Amino acid sequence: MKLLLENAHIEGIRYYDAYRKHGGYRSVEKALKMTPDEIVDEVKKSGLRGRGGAGFPTGLKWSFLAKPEGVPRHLVCNADESEPGTFKDRYLMEFLPHLLIEGLIVSSFALGSNATYIYIRGEYAWIPDILERAIQEAKNNGFLGKNILGTGFDLEIYVHRGAGAYICGEETALIESLEGKRGNPRIKPPFPAVQGVWMRPTVVNNVETLAAIVPIINMGGEAYGNIGVGKSTGTKLISACGNLNKPGVYEIPFDLSVEDFIYSDEWCGGIPNGKRLKACIPGGSSVPIVPANLLTKTAKGETRYMNYESLSDGGFQTGTMLGSGGFIVLDEDQCVVKHTMTLAHFYMHESCGQCSPCREGTGWMWRILKNIEYGKGKMEDIDLLWDVQRRIEGNTICPLGDAAAWPVAAAIRHFRDEFEWHVLNPDEAQVRNYGLAHYADRREIPAL
Amino acid sequence: MAEQPLFKVTIDNVTVEVPAGTTILQAARQAGSEVAPPAMCYYSKLEGSGGKCRTCLVEVSKGSDKDPRPMPKLVASCRTTVMDGMEVKNLTSERVVDARKGVVEFLLINHPLDCPICDQAGECHLQDLAYNHGNAGTRYEFQRRTFEKHSLGDKIQLHMTRCILCYRCVMVADQLTGQREHGVLDRGERAEISDYLEKSLDKEFIGNIIDVCPVGALTDKTFRFKNRVWFLKPLNAHRDCPTCSGKVTLWNRGDEVFRVTARKDEWGEVEDWICNECRFDKKKTSDWVIEGPREINRHSVISQNKYVGLVKPQETIDEVIGKEPRLFLDIHDVSQVNEKDRDLSLIEGPAHSTDFKENEEKK
Ligand SMILES: Cc1cc2nc3c(=O)[nH]c(=O)nc-3n(C[C@H](O)[C@H](O)[C@H](O)COP(=O)(O)O)c2cc1C
Ligand code: SF4
Ligand code: SF4
Ligand code: FES
Repeated sequence: MKLLLENAHIEGIRYYDAYRKHGGYRSVEKALKMTPDEIVDEVKKSGLRGRGGAGFPTGLKWSFLAKPEGVPRHLVCNADESEPGTFKDRYLMEFLPHLLIEGLIVSSFALGSNATYIYIRGEYAWIPDILERAIQEAKNNGFLGKNILGTGFDLEIYVHRGAGAYICGEETALIESLEGKRGNPRIKPPFPAVQGVWMRPTVVNNVETLAAIVPIINMGGEAYGNIGVGKSTGTKLISACGNLNKPGVYEIPFDLSVEDFIYSDEWCGGIPNGKRLKACIPGGSSVPIVPANLLTKTAKGETRYMNYESLSDGGFQTGTMLGSGGFIVLDEDQCVVKHTMTLAHFYMHESCGQCSPCREGTGWMWRILKNIEYGKGKMEDIDLLWDVQRRIEGNTICPLGDAAAWPVAAAIRHFRDEFEWHVLNPDEAQVRNYGLAHYADRREIPAL
Repeated sequence: MAEQPLFKVTIDNVTVEVPAGTTILQAARQAGSEVAPPAMCYYSKLEGSGGKCRTCLVEVSKGSDKDPRPMPKLVASCRTTVMDGMEVKNLTSERVVDARKGVVEFLLINHPLDCPICDQAGECHLQDLAYNHGNAGTRYEFQRRTFEKHSLGDKIQLHMTRCILCYRCVMVADQLTGQREHGVLDRGERAEISDYLEKSLDKEFIGNIIDVCPVGALTDKTFRFKNRVWFLKPLNAHRDCPTCSGKVTLWNRGDEVFRVTARKDEWGEVEDWICNECRFDKKKTSDWVIEGPREINRHSVISQNKYVGLVKPQETIDEVIGKEPRLFLDIHDVSQVNEKDRDLSLIEGPAHSTDFKENEEKK
C-alpha cells in the first residue's frame, strides 16, 4: 500500500495541474474547515512518528508547542537530508513537490504558523527551483498567500538553502543557520517548541513527516494508525543503496521482512553477482551496523521486519534502528574496517566543533581507524578506539557525538575479529578483504 | 516581583538552598570549592556561556522530590538548573570522574603543551584541570594540530594552537565591545578563532578577552615573555578611570608594573571588566593608587602565598646552592624567544651551545 508515492509515476505530477487532477490539495480543503486542535488530534491518533531519524511521535511534539499570546509561531521543514545513505526526502521533493507543500499548508494551519520555512541542503542545488515553482503554483491557485480558500488564514512558505553542513540538519543548528548565524546546535533546554527561530515557538519536522500529514488528513488519523504494526504506523520511505540489484527509494509497509526487502524482486532484488550478504546499516549511517546473521533474524531467532520495534529488538547489543531509513547493504567483498573509517571521516568533517569530546574525539577515532586499515594498527588500538567512542557517547551537546560513536562501537562489537585480522595481517589487509568469516551464518548469540 | 522559592539541592552530600533558576554549577560553588565541578567554558558574567567544554558534567542521581528519577545522561552542570530536592554527584560518581578524565584527554590531545614558553603557565585553567582531573601520560600518537599564526593587532596575541574553543572571547566581543570583529571560522577540529581580515582588534574593552581566555591562546602583547606570573606580585590598585571602574590587579616586580589585569575571584572570573587604557597603557606605579597585596584564592602555582612579601627567585637559588650564583651566561642574550616581535612558531629550535659560543666571540 502506498500513501506517499502512489502517484509518483504519473506524467507531470511535479506540476500543479496533474497533481490537483489526481486528488491534490484535498487535505487542505478538508483541514481548513477543521480547527487546529482537531488536526493535531488526528495526527496524534495516527501514531505518526517523526521520519527524520529519532522517531518521536509527531502529534505529541505538536502538542508541546508553546502558544504565548501575541508571539508568532513557526513551522520549519527539515530538508537538510545529509545522513550518508539517506536520500528519500530528495526523491519526494524532486518528484512530488506539491505533496510537501500540501502537507506544509495543513501543518502550518494546525500549528498557527504564518511563515513556514523549508531549510534545504545546499548540495540539493536544483531542488529549490522545483519547490519554488510549486509554491508559486499553489499561490496562483489560492492555496498559499493571503486569506487561503477564504478562511482568513495567511501563509507564506520560504525556501532557505543551507551551505552544505550535515550538522545543520540537527534542529537547533538548523534554526541558528536559518537565522543567519553559524550552524552550532543550541544547548537545550530551551527546546524549539518554546524558543526556536528568533526565539519564537517552533516546530521542526522532516520532509517525509510533513508529507505524511496529507494522507492522515485525507483518510483520518485512525485509519492511518490502523496501517502498519504496533507503534510503526503508516508507511515509510526507504532509500536503499550499496550492494543491491535495485537500489532506490521505496515506500514500504511496516510488516515487510528485512529478508524480503533485500531479496524479493518486488523490492531490492537481491545482491548482485551472486554474492552473499555480510552486513547492513538499515537506518542511515548513524545507526549501528549489524552482521547479516542479526539482520534477517533477531537474536531470539525471530524474523526481523522493517519497522521501528523489530529493527531495534535486542537493543544495541544485537539490534539496530530504523533511523531515517537509509538502508546500506554490504556484501562479502566489503571491508567493515574501511567502511567504518569512511564514516568516521564523515563525522570528523561534519562536527561543528563546539564540544570537546566530539571535536577532538571524532578526529582521533578516524586516525586510529586509518592506522588499522592501512596496516599500522596495534591490538591496543582496538580497545583504545572503544574507549574513545565510549567517552564521546552521551557526553556531547547534540546527538552528532552519539552518531559518530555508535557506528564505531557496533563495528567493534560485531566485527572485532576483522579488526584483529587487520592488525595481525597488515600487508594482506591492504590487498584482500577479510570476507564473510561467520557473519552470514546463523550463530548462537551469547546470553546477555 | 514575587519572592523566588528556595530549592534544596545536595551535591556530593553537601546540601545547600538556592533560589529557583540557579544552575547546578552555581549551587555547587555555593556549597564549596570541593564539590564545585571544573568549568572551562562557562563564565557567569557572559550571557549564554557554558555547555561546550563538558568538563562540568555531573550525574543527577535524583531529579527532584516530585520526580525522583535519575537523569539518564550526565548533564552539563553549568547549563542545568536545579530542582527542589535534586541530588547531584560530582566527584562521588565514578561515571563523572571517568567522563571528565575523557574530556581532559580530549582537550589535551591536540594541545601543544608548550607551557614552558606560554605566558599563561601558572594561571592556566587547563593546567589546573589536567592536574586535578586528568591522567598522567597520553594515548594520542598522532601529530598534533597546529594553526597558521594569525595576528590580532599590536596588543593581543592569538595562539590558536592553544585554544580550547570555549567561545568566551567571542561572547566578550559580542557583549562588551558593541561590535564583534572576530569569531569562529570553519568547523570540527579545524574550527579556529580568527578575525579573518587580519585587522587589529582595538574596540574598547576588547582587552578583556585576554582575561576570560582560560588558556594561553590570548595573551597580552605588552606583557609577552617579560616574566613568569609566579615571579610577580599581585597588588590591588585603582585609578580614577573615565571608562571603567578602574579597579585592577597590578602584577609587579619591585616597583615595576609588568602587567595589568582585572581582579579575578576564586573561580578565575573577573570582578569588573576593565578598559583597554587601564590594561595596556597604565604601566607605571605612579598611575595607580595601590591598595595592598591581592590574595589569590586558587589552586595554582600563583597562589603559593609568596605574594605576601616578595620573595625573589635568586634568594631561593642562594639557599639551594649555598652561595651566590655566578651567572655564566644570560640566556636572554642568545635566546630568540625574547626578541622583540619574534614569532615563536618560526624559531627553528632551542638555543645551542654553539649559539652561546658565537655570542661570546662577538663580545
Ligand atoms: C547531526 C544531526 C543531523 C540531522 N539531520 C537531519 C536531517 O538531515 N533531516 C531531518 O529531517 N532530521 C535530521 N536530524 C534530526 C532533527 O534534529 C530533528 O530531530 C528532526 O528534523 C525532527 O523531525 P521529525 O520529528 O519529523 O523526525 C538530524 C539530527 C542530528 C543530530
Ligand atoms: S556533538 Fe559535535 S556536532 Fe554536536 S554540538 Fe557537539 S561538537 Fe557540535
Ligand atoms: S581564544 Fe581563549 S577565550 Fe577564545 S575560544 Fe579560544 S580558549 Fe576560549
Ligand atoms: S563549563 Fe559547563 S560545559 Fe564548559
